[in-house]
Amino acid sequence: MDFRPVLNSKKITLGIVLSVFSLFVSVKAFALQEKSPAEPATETKEEAKFDPTETIMEHISDSHYFHIGGKLAMPLPVILYTDKGLEVFMSSVFEEGEKIHEGKYHKYALIHDKIKAVTGEDKTEDTTAKVFDLSITKNVASLLMSVFLLLLVFLSVASTYKKRVGKAPKGLQSFLEPVILFVRDEIALPNIGYKYVRFMPLLLTVFFFILINNLIGLVPFFPGGSNLTGNIAVTMVLAVITLLVVNINGNKHYWAHIFVPSSVPVWLWPLWWVVEILGIFSKPFALMIRLFANITAGHIIVLSLISLIFVFKSVAIAPVSVAFVVFMDVLELLVAMLQAFIFTLLTALFIGTAIEEHHH
Amino acid sequence: MNPLVVPDLGLVVWTTVAFAFLFFILAKFAWKPIMAAIGERERSIEDALLKAEAAKEEMSRLTNENESLIKQARAERDLILSEARKAKDQIVSDAKELAHKEGARMIELARVEINNQKAIALADVKNQVATLSLEIAEKILRKQFEDQQQQNELVSQLLKEVKL
Repeated sequence: MDFRPVLNSKKITLGIVLSVFSLFVSVKAFALQEKSPAEPATETKEEAKFDPTETIMEHISDSHYFHIGGKLAMPLPVILYTDKGLEVFMSSVFEEGEKIHEGKYHKYALIHDKIKAVTGEDKTEDTTAKVFDLSITKNVASLLMSVFLLLLVFLSVASTYKKRVGKAPKGLQSFLEPVILFVRDEIALPNIGYKYVRFMPLLLTVFFFILINNLIGLVPFFPGGSNLTGNIAVTMVLAVITLLVVNINGNKHYWAHIFVPSSVPVWLWPLWWVVEILGIFSKPFALMIRLFANITAGHIIVLSLISLIFVFKSVAIAPVSVAFVVFMDVLELLVAMLQAFIFTLLTALFIGTAIEEHHH
Repeated sequence: MNPLVVPDLGLVVWTTVAFAFLFFILAKFAWKPIMAAIGERERSIEDALLKAEAAKEEMSRLTNENESLIKQARAERDLILSEARKAKDQIVSDAKELAHKEGARMIELARVEINNQKAIALADVKNQVATLSLEIAEKILRKQFEDQQQQNELVSQLLKEVKL
């Protein structure tokens, strides 16, 4: 039979996947180190020195403005849940962090792109006021856009499926069906087994959610470019979902393996519990860090390459920069799909081990 | 701590809400019908393939059957033909034999008849010859014994012959 070559090629693919991943982990560590020293913005007088760290950080962190280009930025709604009540206003009132806004209950200022309650004109923080920021930030706007896009795409595809029962796929449907089948046949089935059907909606949603947000992050102009899947809050939510799904569905074998491991001497059990309970949390934690680090690192690299032009203050460096950026963007395209795949694959794997019938 | 690794709670809330919303809507209105349709189509394709296979088998079975039917029919035809030939031969030979026998019988009858007729004719001829001979003998005798002397001589001769 010709099964062996297929198996081999899968092993090879997995090898490539893991090596690319480890490459990115090291690149990410390097990238984070690079920008940590110069945190405060050096605001000298005329023609401020270009600070790539500041620019890059500004691009990859969340913001209350959606930058379109140059000085043009779209103000976004600010929603503050304070100890005294709800406050809603547009972020344009801050005038790019210059002004203090006098709200209904408190005075607010934009400090490092974060809204803080302040006592007076000198922007000293008002520690008595409790403010919970629920604003539609750049990332939230991007998130809502991606949700809208996903709903649009998949509801229309679903209606096509309903209309064309038993017929060959067509259009968008035929573009997405192989991906859906890939999630089913390469991710869900081999890792979860025959009970995969129950977890398909979650796996598909996670896969396409991560994929579309990774891709939106790669679009360099206005509605795209947000670093949503490179934001630790987003990856944390996704990882917590995995954590909950895995442990809620864990069967008695799974819990027995953690709490009463038959192959471990009883005196070692306390240590075993510590390790296993750490393991429960470290697996989703790794998911969170992996996605965050990969996507953020990709953004940092692309932005660093672009920053080179401004650091050297020379157009001559532009072709080199652009060539590298194109290369990186193509690589990021691969990473966007790879990370969506890996996150979903590992989620399926964790679910699979939690619901496995026979433990050895 | 680097602001990059500090999760912003507002975004956590928004992501949770948005993802939950997305998940429930897609699970109910997209993934369910899509997975069902894909499964349905896969089953129907498998069904169609199985049916095609069955049809192929049925076809070859029918062909085989037809062939055997033709063979059987041919054998039957040959049998019927040979039987007919045999019957024809039988009839011909029977007819020949019968004709033979009949001929022989008729010939036999004819011979008997001929013999009979011959015997009758012969008897007739014999009678006539006897009558004729008698008449001739009478006439001769009459002629011979017209004179007395000759009569005496014969009587004497006859008397001599008688020995007492």
